[in-house]
Amino acid sequence: MAFLHAVASHGSKSAKKRSRIPYLLLAPGMLWLTFFYLAPLYKLLQTSTQTPGVNIGEFVQTYRWANFIDALLNSKIQFIRSFQYAFIATALALLISYPLAYAIAFKSGKWKNVLLVLVVAPFFTSFLLRTIAWTQILGEQGLVIKVLRGLHIIGQNTQLTASAFAVVMGITYNFLPFMTLPLYASLERIDPRTLEASGDLYANGFTTFRKVTLPLSMPGVVAGTLLTFIPAAGDYVNAEILGNPGTKMIGNVISARYLQIVDYPGAAALSFILMLTILILVMAYVRKSGTEELV
Amino acid sequence: MTRASKWFSKNLIKIYAFLGFTYLFIPVIYTFVFSFNNSVKSNLVWRGFTLNNWKNPCAAPDVCSALGNSLKIGLISTIVATILGTLIAYALGRYSFRTRSASNLLIFLPMATPEIVMGASLLTMFLSIGVSPGFWTIVIAHVMFCISFVVVTVKARIASLDPRLEQAAMDLYADERETFRRVTLPLLAPGIAGAALLAFSLSFDDFIITNFNSGNVNTFPKFVYISAQRGLPASANVIGSAMFFIALIVVILGQIVGKRRRVSA
Repeated sequence: MAFLHAVASHGSKSAKKRSRIPYLLLAPGMLWLTFFYLAPLYKLLQTSTQTPGVNIGEFVQTYRWANFIDALLNSKIQFIRSFQYAFIATALALLISYPLAYAIAFKSGKWKNVLLVLVVAPFFTSFLLRTIAWTQILGEQGLVIKVLRGLHIIGQNTQLTASAFAVVMGITYNFLPFMTLPLYASLERIDPRTLEASGDLYANGFTTFRKVTLPLSMPGVVAGTLLTFIPAAGDYVNAEILGNPGTKMIGNVISARYLQIVDYPGAAALSFILMLTILILVMAYVRKSGTEELV
Repeated sequence: MTRASKWFSKNLIKIYAFLGFTYLFIPVIYTFVFSFNNSVKSNLVWRGFTLNNWKNPCAAPDVCSALGNSLKIGLISTIVATILGTLIAYALGRYSFRTRSASNLLIFLPMATPEIVMGASLLTMFLSIGVSPGFWTIVIAHVMFCISFVVVTVKARIASLDPRLEQAAMDLYADERETFRRVTLPLLAPGIAGAALLAFSLSFDDFIITNFNSGNVNTFPKFVYISAQRGLPASANVIGSAMFFIALIVVILGQIVGKRRRVSA
């Protein structure tokens, strides 16, 4: 697609300049990323194969790659759970966001810009404050649980907070704008005449959606699901605030190993396993969906 | 079909969207309402309306110093990340060079890396070279994760610019520098402003990476996280709500100014 686009617009665009200038423009930012993104990752990789030394808190390099196997076996449950939660939250976010983005793109008229601002506006209140607010809204003092118990939708002793439900709901909530914005961007680009044309060719509303709107919005679906899934899989704040010991995710394990148990090699190994698993899933997903241009 | 069910099916998507917005705003409204709560210590139960929290937003110990740190870190990180990111975006959008795909990869990777991995790796490096975490390590970390988002935002704006405008300036005997200053930069300004706003909100709201690399330095999200374990003071609700309205005003003003400029141009 990108290639076709480049060929099509070749005539109108000037040939790109070739000189030393681009390297000068790139250098400061790229050096920053090299020193503070790549170098730390390399350091983390070194740490992941170390073993405890003589003194407490000291680690020596022994190239013990079995650290990776140990780390994975020790927190297999949390690892699998993280990806389950992230999958469910991403699917829920897509189900909630698609109609929302569709309504903003096609049904909002002059309110379009206002509604777009409203989608990002919750971001302006700290996400921790909002997550804590959920614990109180769903908590014992809140209205939600009283109504649900009053209507006998849930049992009198069932709790909404400190549960897997609350964690997944929180993750879905937190990353919803990341899903909605790319979806909106791709829906908004659709020429309404293609939808009219589909109608003229006797497609009903549902067929038009399935054969025209949905395929044309796929870049937004791919971008939105990635922007939701990646942070969701590594998140630990929702599990910490809205969950219980049985809902711990891999992020909780890494954080605890690093900041509380001071098991740097174990935390480092788990971080790498998490990162590589996400990258592999992302690559496979992107290849399957046929969207090459990522950045 | 009855009239009611007809109305319902016609407006189904709007009803659905309304429910979506309700979901998005419930915690925001809750936070705002409880900023007026006449609370004692923890802010869990409604004890009556008061304006005292808004009159003394710094009532809770440390909350305003944490806020000050967050604002300073946000401002410095935003300026640095916006400059570095815009330079990269301009190089990617306007020049051809050999390291393009490697550059694209290096910009994409931080966005595909979970925050906890970046936080842990940065702390590992800082500790191994003997830097103790504090204010500047937070700034370094924030600039790092903001750059990619700035690049993506500004690059999208550059891609939507008509290169013929720059050619026209050159045809009118503007040299390369003048063209950049008087044509390209003003056209890019809305994109750069949007990127800066995004960078600031990412920095201001970051907890995970900050928590790893902050040492004893307190930030607003860190304050919220730590004090939530004992019961969040209403001051936090006041500051959270105030930030919400300030940001909303900035965005709306930006849109109005943008519209004016488009009309007058």
